[in-house]
Amino acid sequence: MELEKFSYDNRISRAFAFATIFWAVVGMLVGVIAAFQLAFPALNLDIAETTFGRIRPLHTNAVIFAFVGNGIFTAVYYSFPRVLKTRMYSDKLGWVHFWGWQFIIVLAAVTLLMGFTVSKEYAELEWPLDILITIVWVIFGINMFGTVLIRRERHLYVGVWFFLASWVTVAMLHIVNSLAIPVSFTKSYSAFAGVQDALVQWWYGHNAVAFFLTTPYLGLMYYFVPKAANRPIYSYRLSIVHFWSLIFLYIWAGPHHLLYTALPEWAQSLGTVFSIMLILPSWGGMLNGLFTLRGAWDKVRTEPVLKFFVVALTCYGMATLEGPLLSLKNVSSYSHYTDWIVAHVHVGALGWNGFLTFGMMYWLIPKIYRTELYSKKLASTHFWIGTLGMILYAIPMYWSGFKQSLMWKSFTPEGQLTYTFMDSVQSVIPFYILRAIGGTIYLAGVILMIYNLYKTTKIGSFEAEVEMQAPPLEKTYKAPAKAHWHSWIERRPTQLLVASFIVVAIGGAVEIIPTMLVKSNIPTIASVKPYTPLELQGRDIYIREGCYTCHSQMIRPFRDEVARYGEYSKAGEFVYDRPHQWGSKRTGPDLAREGGKNPNSWHFNHMLDPRSTSPGSIMPAYPWLFENDLNNKTLPDKIRVMQKFGVPYEKDYGKAKAQEDLDKQAQTITDDLKANKINISSKKEIIAVIAYLQRLGKDIKAEK
Amino acid sequence: MKFRNYLETMTGIGIYPLISLLIFFIFFVGCLIYVFKADNNKMEEMKNIPLDE
Ligand code: HEC
Repeated sequence: MELEKFSYDNRISRAFAFATIFWAVVGMLVGVIAAFQLAFPALNLDIAETTFGRIRPLHTNAVIFAFVGNGIFTAVYYSFPRVLKTRMYSDKLGWVHFWGWQFIIVLAAVTLLMGFTVSKEYAELEWPLDILITIVWVIFGINMFGTVLIRRERHLYVGVWFFLASWVTVAMLHIVNSLAIPVSFTKSYSAFAGVQDALVQWWYGHNAVAFFLTTPYLGLMYYFVPKAANRPIYSYRLSIVHFWSLIFLYIWAGPHHLLYTALPEWAQSLGTVFSIMLILPSWGGMLNGLFTLRGAWDKVRTEPVLKFFVVALTCYGMATLEGPLLSLKNVSSYSHYTDWIVAHVHVGALGWNGFLTFGMMYWLIPKIYRTELYSKKLASTHFWIGTLGMILYAIPMYWSGFKQSLMWKSFTPEGQLTYTFMDSVQSVIPFYILRAIGGTIYLAGVILMIYNLYKTTKIGSFEAEVEMQAPPLEKTYKAPAKAHWHSWIERRPTQLLVASFIVVAIGGAVEIIPTMLVKSNIPTIASVKPYTPLELQGRDIYIREGCYTCHSQMIRPFRDEVARYGEYSKAGEFVYDRPHQWGSKRTGPDLAREGGKNPNSWHFNHMLDPRSTSPGSIMPAYPWLFENDLNNKTLPDKIRVMQKFGVPYEKDYGKAKAQEDLDKQAQTITDDLKANKINISSKKEIIAVIAYLQRLGKDIKAEK
Repeated sequence: MKFRNYLETMTGIGIYPLISLLIFFIFFVGCLIYVFKADNNKMEEMKNIPLDE
């Protein structure tokens, strides 16, 4: 048969590779800053844009979507043409994808720091950016799928399946979780409220980890590990089982983030069962990767690329064993809300995503520059520095996590809580310092890599186009008589895409349907009332400042939590919460029952300087809340949107009455402050925040 | 946004997870059967796709 000539384009893979490295530095640097802020609150600088509550979402978004995102694209644009024997479908779409994604990242960074956020973890961006993401994601999909359709290799390699399935699932997750009604260009309210919102959010949050940080990186692994080791994957059979069971199981496991919360019991159990089952395919995948290197262990000793891959796979195995364990209810009762979870995700992020990316870079850059790596020794040094950084990060965080949960749960023989919350904060600060140092060391390794790769590009010469030839795909393929259903699907990308979509959609539906039914699941509590306009405004400031990054609002039904915070949380309490503010981490105490605990004047002083009321606190100060006037321009729109959601404000409430009520309530708080010798205008933002804090958990207390 | 409550009256929601587990199980077993019956040569061929550039 006649051979067709074509070429691979290395420019686009190179662009994505450089972007990956660039955002790695940015994302990790922001992470290091956030880590130091937790040890030394003065580093919040008393400026809105640099406080922890805004920095932390920037860190997570930058690392997940900028660093790992570009890493995924590097792998797709490099491996797709090669395993499909064709150029990418469209150069133009590729560049629109590239610049579109970088543009979104920059906008994301700016808007997050400005406080435009919907406060849903790993999906904080406001609606205009969500739409942009959707557009660019679709462009990426067209380019990827177009490439599959014009391929010259009949069979789709397993790496391709992982990328395609990830693409469909992320699209589904992103759209469902971002559903909201805009109030203005920079503010929207979630289409879901309370328990529903929490469930959708963690269905998304968990699967963002699964289908953004895991499955596409498995696609990457299935290509680059065999390439670097120069031997095929250990077992292709295993990879097939790995693929289908992983995408099937992952999508179900989301509720394990909500154990012991107000989520219906059966949904929690389902999350646990599927999480445990996940161990099998995950370990199958890890072993498949590691066994690929069997008989090549001498090479592992000398090749930094393989060293990175081995540790990455090991970390994948550790994180995917630990994850299911954390989803056991009794383990979760200890681990949830503590630094243990932070340690867990960083084993995955630093070890699995980080090291796999570094390995890919050390292999890829010399390859496309037609040369050897500038220095294997430096790369080995990077490997050791990175490993050390990771250890220095993980061990202190595990330690502080255990310490926190033990201290929180400890009772004296007389039945009193042994420690105050501040005791636990104080005792983990040394670990926070160590963790920040560990992160810095890890980042130093990345800088070393940049130098090494830069030198490599200098000694090599870039190969922009790689000439290739291959026979075209026969139009009329006759399958061998004994062909199986799976080989059928391997040749049919559209069906593969549809099949994997069905697989994840079933899982999705089973998780989402209860959220639709949730009305019947929530015992309605008559005393729960909508927020007053001032409280609503205060709540939106709470969201803007990212208080949820340190504070939960979800008291679990445990003796210690009830003793420390009050009556445990009920599902019906959250029906007006758009979005929910349950939080996932207790760097500070739970606030679900904060209302009435402390006087207004205490909150005033505490928010202005937390260390004046709580010596040794690591909470940032919020001086700008005392200077900014509350912006009520959008209040009528906010009320209108809430009414659309069925919140029972009276008719035309937003027109004038809401503002009147707001002013009245603000005046009451200002008067109370005045009686305590604090003078402040009733127009300031802090008044709204105090109103909101004093409202938290009050409805239930009123019932008694 | 009333759509959320359409299914409110549906009874026996508990069957959902059960059905899904069953679907997974059947699917998984099917997958295993295929994988063990698959043709060795073809597996070899697919395995080597990334290596012959
Ligand atoms: C860096 C993490 C962090 C952030 C961000 C944060 N806090 Fe705190 N917060 C803490 C810590 C730690 C404490 C416990 C020590 C103290 O009282 O200051 C605390 C305590 C509190 C308390 C007192 C709770 C009690 O009953 O003792 C309130 C109220 C509070 N924070 C409100 C807020 C609000 C409102 C925001 C957002 C504007 C916020 N916090 C942001 C860490 C944080």
